[in-house]
Parts: sequence; structure tokens; C-alpha cells
Amino acid sequence: MKNLEKFSTIFLFAGLISFLVAFTVLGIWPAFMTDEIKNTAPEVTEIPESFKEYFDDLDDYKAAIFEGRDIYIKEACWHCHSQYVRPVGREHERYGLVSTPGEYQNDLNLPHLFGTRRVGPDLSREAGKRSNDWHFAHLYNPKSTEPESVMPAYSWYFDESVTPPKPKRGAVALVAYLQQLGAWQEGILKNQYDMNSITMPPSPEDQ
Amino acid sequence: MQAQTNDDHLVSLPLVRAHIFISVAYALLVVLAGLTYSLQFIDLYPFPKFEFLSPGRVRMVHTQSVAYAWLANVFFGIMLYMVPKLTKKSILSEKFGWFCFWVYNALVVGAVVLILGGFGQALEWGETPKILDPFIAVAVVCWVVNILVGSIWRGRKEPYYVSVWYVLAALLWTPLVYVMGNFLPEYVFPGTGGATITSMYIHDLVGLFVTPVGIAMAYYLLPVLMKKPLYSHALSLIGFWGLAFFYPMNSAHHFLWSPIPMWTQYASVVASVGVHVVVYTVVFNIFATMAQDWSKVYENISLRFLFVGALSYLVTCIQCAIHVTLSVQEIIHFTDWVVGHAHLVLFGTFSFWAFAFIYYLIPKLFGTKVFSKSMAEWHFWLSTLGIVIMDIDLMAAGLVQGHMWKGLSPFIETVMASKPYWWIRTFSGVVILTGEVIFLINLVMTYFSNKEKKSQKVTA
Repeated sequence: MKNLEKFSTIFLFAGLISFLVAFTVLGIWPAFMTDEIKNTAPEVTEIPESFKEYFDDLDDYKAAIFEGRDIYIKEACWHCHSQYVRPVGREHERYGLVSTPGEYQNDLNLPHLFGTRRVGPDLSREAGKRSNDWHFAHLYNPKSTEPESVMPAYSWYFDESVTPPKPKRGAVALVAYLQQLGAWQEGILKNQYDMNSITMPPSPEDQ
Repeated sequence: MQAQTNDDHLVSLPLVRAHIFISVAYALLVVLAGLTYSLQFIDLYPFPKFEFLSPGRVRMVHTQSVAYAWLANVFFGIMLYMVPKLTKKSILSEKFGWFCFWVYNALVVGAVVLILGGFGQALEWGETPKILDPFIAVAVVCWVVNILVGSIWRGRKEPYYVSVWYVLAALLWTPLVYVMGNFLPEYVFPGTGGATITSMYIHDLVGLFVTPVGIAMAYYLLPVLMKKPLYSHALSLIGFWGLAFFYPMNSAHHFLWSPIPMWTQYASVVASVGVHVVVYTVVFNIFATMAQDWSKVYENISLRFLFVGALSYLVTCIQCAIHVTLSVQEIIHFTDWVVGHAHLVLFGTFSFWAFAFIYYLIPKLFGTKVFSKSMAEWHFWLSTLGIVIMDIDLMAAGLVQGHMWKGLSPFIETVMASKPYWWIRTFSGVVILTGEVIFLINLVMTYFSNKEKKSQKVTA
């Protein structure tokens, strides 16, 4: 073993190199590979019907989606909700299409919000599944829509001086963000998640 | 032991003491935050309408404080003691050490305040606000320079003990890992590419900072406390190179079945199974050294913490090598199983080893024996009981959740099925918290009892 230690400098570089090799081969390389994939989530080109009462200006609506994303981050929603559907565990039946790299190649996913825990359900196919009002009620008091829910209430995004409480800009932005998660899917994008015209396959939860 | 007391001047004891004290105080914050967060799951959350103590933010405080407040502080404190002792050279500068200490801890407090204020970042284990990340990177580099250039580089004439190897590698890796994980996914790579880097970061923070320093601590304590040489030096070196080779490649195993390229995932799974090499060498070495004289392990509280920590390490790594396979991932990913695994690693193993080292340091830092032996016993048994209950409970919960999801139960029914497990989880948190409170009181009392003794001496 004394002989082994004579080569300590070589070993030291070996340690650094093994980190750099792993970083290059299993970090940077796949990252660049996926970086070349084209974005499959199309641009938002108009304000959906269901959001016309909150937004007049398209740019304002687009900005709100990003504001909603930032709220999603600062309240750590991503700690309990994931944003990718796996090809296993019958997840396509519960949530919808299996995730592909292309749908994440946009600024809304910088940083990515994959998440590693599902205390609540996956949200990557959330667009159009529920109405805006359902989302407001749920954010204000989750137990009002689902008595057994363990989700915290986010009442500070609502103006409580009026009855019923009115969503502030933050709540509207968050719902705008949630309603476009997976909105590019066929049948949803076309209708811009107008609740009345969407025909979704019945999810197992509703049966 | 005589030889050891002679080189005490190499170590800045007040600096080590400051690190230990502040880290134990943070440990209490960690457990408190975790326990508070767990109350949300059983509908008992005490601050439901209070924005700054919203459960999501409290959880970020919990995980951030584990890594940056408790473990980083206690590990650097222990390194500041251990490395000069081993290389016989002091750190670069004690004043610089204090500077790092204050700057880093100001950053930690700042991070907690800003996270509660709503500035958390969306990277797992990197939730520290974006604005603080560059400063934390600089503070970590300061620490690294202080120990690396001071003790390790200046002591290079003599062959290093294996602990120095581990510390050396950890010090070189940590700044690289931190910069990689906190900046690339935030600013450079969106979506899947970012997730690849994040996954690498989640693993490397534990694998390339916490693990090597933790093992270095264990290898330092064992011969000193057993008064016997390490069972096999060769085995420890094989373990070291196994860690250096396999751990960095484990990367993508935190996002299996995700849109990350499948070959990256396969490679990570293979490398993760290779971690067995590291684990068995370390655990075998620890137990074989202890087996030379079990009676010491019964008597000495540090050795007992070390023993339980090594046991947790064995369990946690066998668990890892099994649940990292793609077929098991299908069921247990996204469930409480992983949460249990994380607690077993960071509390059951590395916090236990840190406790072992702190109990060993108490007589040296305070110049007196630990204030109450029975309080130390309570701390040991409550911590052990707490982590055993928590881990078994969360593993079971994870299996229930995973199978119910695959069986397409309505989501809310899987939540309802989890609630009994969440009650037990909170109970185990209370047990652990009690142990931590006792530990802190014991430490503070030791400090004051020493002061009393000193003042008595002066008056006499």
C-alpha cells in the first residue's frame, strides 16, 4: 500500500478527471443533445376565451403566465406536484400523453420544474381539465373542492374584503400558468381550453 | 494520547467550538421546520393563513438547512479540527477562518429569511435564493482554500491518512458541484437538459461532499476511540477510489423514466449499482475494526453513534442499489419511500456520525466531561428510535402509494390511505425533536459547567 501512495498526485488528478468525465458524458452531453431538440410547445398567440375577463392585452397575458410560474416556484408547488408523465405505471391513463423532451424546450421551463415527489397529482397535463373557477376555489381553500386534500390554502392571493373573495393578480397569473400546462395537446390548443368545447377522454378519476 | 495533546496548538478550538454550537442550534431549526411541515399532512398545521410560514416555504427551509446550515457547518467545523491533526499543519489563517464562518452563517440566515419571504429557487437542494448563490460559492471556496492550502498542501511531505484523502477529494469537488448545480439549470439549460444537470447535482451534493467527509470522520474516530488500528488500510483506499469513480456517474438516477435520454439513465443505474463496492468496503472496515473489542462500543457513546450510523449506511445503500433499478423505480418513484431514504442517509448516517464526533470533541472543546451522561443516552436512544420508526413507516407508505397509483385508484384515495403513515411520521419527528432539544441543553450546560469550574479556580 505504501507503493500506492507514492502515486498520490496521479490519483488526485484521477479523482478530478473522473468527476469531469462524468460531468461531460452524463451531464453536459445529454444536456446539449436535448438542447438541440425543437420546442414542441407552440407560442401563445391569443388570449383564451376563459381568460378574456382578466386580460385585454396579449402581452399582459403572456407576462402573467411567467408571473404564475414564479409564484409556482416561490410557493414551492413543485415540491409536491411533478411535471412529467412517465411511460410506466399506467401514468398515461391517469394523466395523459407521456412526456417528451421537446415540450420542455422553452423559457417557461428554465429552470425545469420536473419535481421528484407527488403528494398531489402530476400537473403537466393540467390545461383544460378543470375550470378557472374550480382552480380559484381550490387555491383559496383546497378542502372546498376536495375535503380530504392536504394542500395548503393560498388565501393571500385573494382579496378577502369582499364576499366571495376575489382573486388578486397573483391567483389569476397562477391559474393562467396552470391552464397552459400541456395546452398544446391536440384538441386543447385548438379550443384554447374553452371548457365548453373540450372533449377530453374521461379520466379514471372521474369514473 | 500524549502525542495528541501536544499538537493541540495546531487547531483553533474557539473556531471549531463556534461551528459546533451554531450547527447544533441549526439542527434544532431543521427538525422544527420538518416537524412543522409534517403537520400539514395531518391537518394540524399551526399557521394556515400566515403567508411567510406557508408549508411550502417551510419545507424549503427544512431541506436547505439540513444541507447548508447543519451539515456544512458541522462538517467544516470537524474538518478544521481533524485535518490539522492529521497533517500536522495548521489551517492557512485563523482570522480568515472566522471571516469565512461569519460570512457563511450570515448567508445561511439570509437564505432562510429570503426563502420565507418568497425568493426560493426551483432547484432541489439548491433552493437558496438566486441572489445569494454566487456569494455562497465564494464562501465555500474560502473555506476550501483555508484547509486545502493551509493544512493539506503544506503537509504533503508525509503520506496522508485515508481521512485526508477523502477530505481532499471532497474539498476539490464541492465548489465544482455547487457551481454546476446552481447555475447551469437556472440560466443555461431549460427543461430536460437542466433536469440532467440537477439530477447530477442532487446526487453529487450528497455523494461528493457529505459522503466523503462523513466517511473521513468515521475513519478518524475509529482508531482513536478503539485504540486499535483500522482493520484494513488497503480496503479503505479501494473504497475511496470506488467512490471517486462510481459516485459522479450516478447522476440521472433521480429522474428515471423521465424525458432524459435513456442511455444516460441506463449508465446511471449501472454506476449506482457499482456503489456497492464503496459501501461494503467502508461498512466492513468499520465493523471489523469494532469487532476487535465490542465492549468499547457498548461503553462509548461516540462509538455507538458511529455503529448505528454505519448500520444505517449499509441499509440505505442496499436500499439505493435496489430501488435505483428501473422496474422498482416504476413503483417507488414520487412516493414517500424516497423521503424515508433521504432521512436515513442524512439523519441516520451522516448526522449520527457528526453526533459521534461532537461527543468525542466535547472534552477537548470545553475542557470538561459532558454535563450529563444520561442526557447523552437519551439523545442517542431517541434519535435511533425516531429514525427507525420514520424510515420503516415511510418505506411502507411509499409502497402503498406506488401500488395504489399503478392500480389507478382515484388520487385522493391514495392520499387518504397515506394519512395513518403521516401521523406516525409526525410522531417520529416529535421523538427526534425531543432528542435534539436534550442534546442542545446538554451542550449548553457543559459549556456553563466548565465556566463555573474556571471561575471557582480563580476564586480559590
